[in-house]
Amino acid sequence: MHFQHSDDRRMLSETLGRYLGQRYPIEARHQIAESQRGWSPEQWAALSELGVVGALFDERVGGFGGAGFDIAIIFEQLGRALVVEPLLGTLMAGRALALAGGSDDVLARVIAGNCILALAHEEPQSRYDLWDVQCRAVPEGAGWRLRGSKALVCQIEAADHILVSARITGEAGDAAGIGLFLVAAGTPGASVRSYPLVDGGRGGDFTLEDVKATLITENGASLIEEAAAAGIVALSWEAVGIMDVLKRDTLEYLRTRKQFGAPIGKFQALQHRMATAALEIEQARSAGINAAAALDSARAERERSVSAAKFTIGRVGTLVAEEAIQLHGGIGMTWELPLSHYAKRLIMIGHQLGDEDHHLERFIALGEAA
Amino acid sequence: MDLSFSAEEEAFRAEVRRFLRDRLPARIAEKVRTGKRLTKADHEEWHAILNARGWLAANWPRALGGTGWTVAQSYIFEVEAALAHAPRIVPFGVSMLGPVLIKYGSEAQKAHWLPRILSGADWWCQGYSEPGAGSDLASLKCTAIRVNDANGDHYIVNGQKTWTTLGQYADMIFCLVRTSTEGKRQEGISFLLIDMRSPGVSVRPIILLDGEHEVNEIFFTDVRVPAGNLVGEENRGWDCAKYLLSHERTNIAGVGASMAALARLKQIANAQRKGGKPLAQDPHFAARLAKVEIDLENMKTTNLRVLAGGEESPVPLELGAMLKIRGTEIRQEITSLTRRALGPYAQPFISEALDEGGSHLAVGPAYAAPVATDYFNNRKLSIYGGSNEVQREIITKALLEL
Ligand SMILES: Cc1cc2nc3c(=O)[nH]c(=O)nc-3n(C[C@H](O)[C@H](O)[C@H](O)COP(=O)(O)OP(=O)(O)OC[C@H]3O[C@@H](n4cnc5c(N)ncnc54)[C@H](O)[C@@H]3O)c2cc1C
Repeated sequence: MHFQHSDDRRMLSETLGRYLGQRYPIEARHQIAESQRGWSPEQWAALSELGVVGALFDERVGGFGGAGFDIAIIFEQLGRALVVEPLLGTLMAGRALALAGGSDDVLARVIAGNCILALAHEEPQSRYDLWDVQCRAVPEGAGWRLRGSKALVCQIEAADHILVSARITGEAGDAAGIGLFLVAAGTPGASVRSYPLVDGGRGGDFTLEDVKATLITENGASLIEEAAAAGIVALSWEAVGIMDVLKRDTLEYLRTRKQFGAPIGKFQALQHRMATAALEIEQARSAGINAAAALDSARAERERSVSAAKFTIGRVGTLVAEEAIQLHGGIGMTWELPLSHYAKRLIMIGHQLGDEDHHLERFIALGEAA
Repeated sequence: MDLSFSAEEEAFRAEVRRFLRDRLPARIAEKVRTGKRLTKADHEEWHAILNARGWLAANWPRALGGTGWTVAQSYIFEVEAALAHAPRIVPFGVSMLGPVLIKYGSEAQKAHWLPRILSGADWWCQGYSEPGAGSDLASLKCTAIRVNDANGDHYIVNGQKTWTTLGQYADMIFCLVRTSTEGKRQEGISFLLIDMRSPGVSVRPIILLDGEHEVNEIFFTDVRVPAGNLVGEENRGWDCAKYLLSHERTNIAGVGASMAALARLKQIANAQRKGGKPLAQDPHFAARLAKVEIDLENMKTTNLRVLAGGEESPVPLELGAMLKIRGTEIRQEITSLTRRALGPYAQPFISEALDEGGSHLAVGPAYAAPVATDYFNNRKLSIYGGSNEVQREIITKALLEL
């Protein structure tokens, strides 16, 4: 047993960290996050050049990673720099495509940096429930047509191809009968309403009115679950990266801010709060390690670890974000201080792919089933 | 013990409700209800309506234009106004400066400034905090030096204030300034009223994490302030600040605001669906909701107990601190639960949807628009007005007597 990343992963992590430190400073990040696009094609090109996209996929589809810890090291760095580029959607949709097989051409272009993906799965009513799919797929001749609404698709406008879940048979709530379909951006009948997000970057609602689509699989449930699991590993490590920054900055502030003639870090009331936050961050890191390690395991183990991680990240993330602001006092409330943006992103990670309550219930249900 | 309000108090409640129904502009109430931005004009309009009824200054004596209400009446008004979606009364002139002038001001100062607070002639802001003086307010450095020359008796003010809420609207600022560096730090501080249009005053916005311009930095460079604007004695300004702490207790727990926020949270939790049922019936969510509701029920009584005790004598500092801590924790928990209730729809943020008439721009349910930023903005509740850590220091200092 050991807890070191392989040399390759360490090297990629350091390279990416160095790149983001130099080319994605907070000012550049804000500019990109608030831009019309909400992401940067130049950054995307540079990141894929560094191998960041390739590391998210395994060798069978032309990548050189794709394991839980590959995802972990990358998203940890993305979190540290508060990156808003469309990597989460590309990871989740790409993972489902890779598992389904038959989309090697698309994935080759993704890995080369020439194609961005989005996963359009959640719906306005679905609230974290993976099987609440009401969007419909109807066969037409040799192909398929999709009709329905998808909500809150991360960076959907950046995507060249959108992987859409749609019901072929059954009722909302059934895992069976959900198909996965690929829709090229701009296909007639597909419309996007995009909007800014409170933590930077953009998302969008996707409306499909008899949109022509390519069938990927008629049995999408297990792929959706695996894509979501990879997404949760990614978000968990993004959160760990963010929490490490919040911890570093708050410690620094406790050392330097003086009130009552002493650094505020001398006040025991704050020392204990900081100690608790630090302890919880280590627990969250362990949860992230557990989930990354279980990503390629059998379903029961994988899903329990993933739900455990997302529950932990949700709970600890809220604590750490709120404490980081509180221990800074007024200055922690300001737009000018990067810390407030890290706190906002951390809180919003709790609203993606299931919150604490959702994953707590899921963890219980998975345990009962085992 | 009797927890019920008297018949007169209930009659007063009915009168308040009638007034709110007839006089609170629907346009403004709708903005408050839906979490829209209030403009300076909105606040002024509401203040003027209250003033016309004689209900603007709950805690001033009648003779000076206040209501002369008992604490029970003030409490009833606070709760009813909040539940009717009235804007909160901007506290700086009415609730903060007013009582200080009434206690420490000269007759001339009272005669001049109090009516102007009521009429809205002056928008006041509070200039206590400085970059180096937050929790440790007594370390403030902004200086005022008395000069008596050909231009008359005045102070020359130099320094900086920060976090000044709505200072961008203000005509006047009441400041704590340093007039002496000798002796104890608290004994070299004076309470000074400064005209924001004086030469040498400049205002720089501070944007908060929700993107809003709510607070400001204010810089003073050789600003001349008439000596007549000193409130109380020179070097005794700390008394004024402390007086406010022990007398301005109504509203500190924010019970009315929390009741309104809880009612809204329940509406949202009933509208949101989880697993085919209203979220309010989800066991985890329902438990969290119930916990905060119980805490609020308890706080209503704690608040009234403290207020009732304060009718004759000043409220002990530690009790006020308890109201501040738990009152803000309750409010923050409600904003946090409201954010959670939205699920994924907490993420979109369209700033224009918070302007009057902007509801149609919201993404997802219309009630979602202000929720995430409201949660982030209300992190301030545990920081300002004496942070909750400082309030806990006050409690233990009073209780331990070490
Ligand atoms: C939105 C907003 C509006 C405001 N409006 C106004 C206004 O209109 N006018 C005005 O004058 N001021 C205003 N303030 C300022 C507010 O009163 C100060 O922010 C507050 O006093 C805390 O000071 P600080 O921000 O400098 O934090 P600091 O005092 O530096 O505190 C940093 C952290 O240290 C903790 N701490 C400090 N001392 C101790 C101790 N002895 N023991 C334990 N913990 C301690 C604090 O609780 C906090 O967690 C406003 C602030 C905000 C955020």
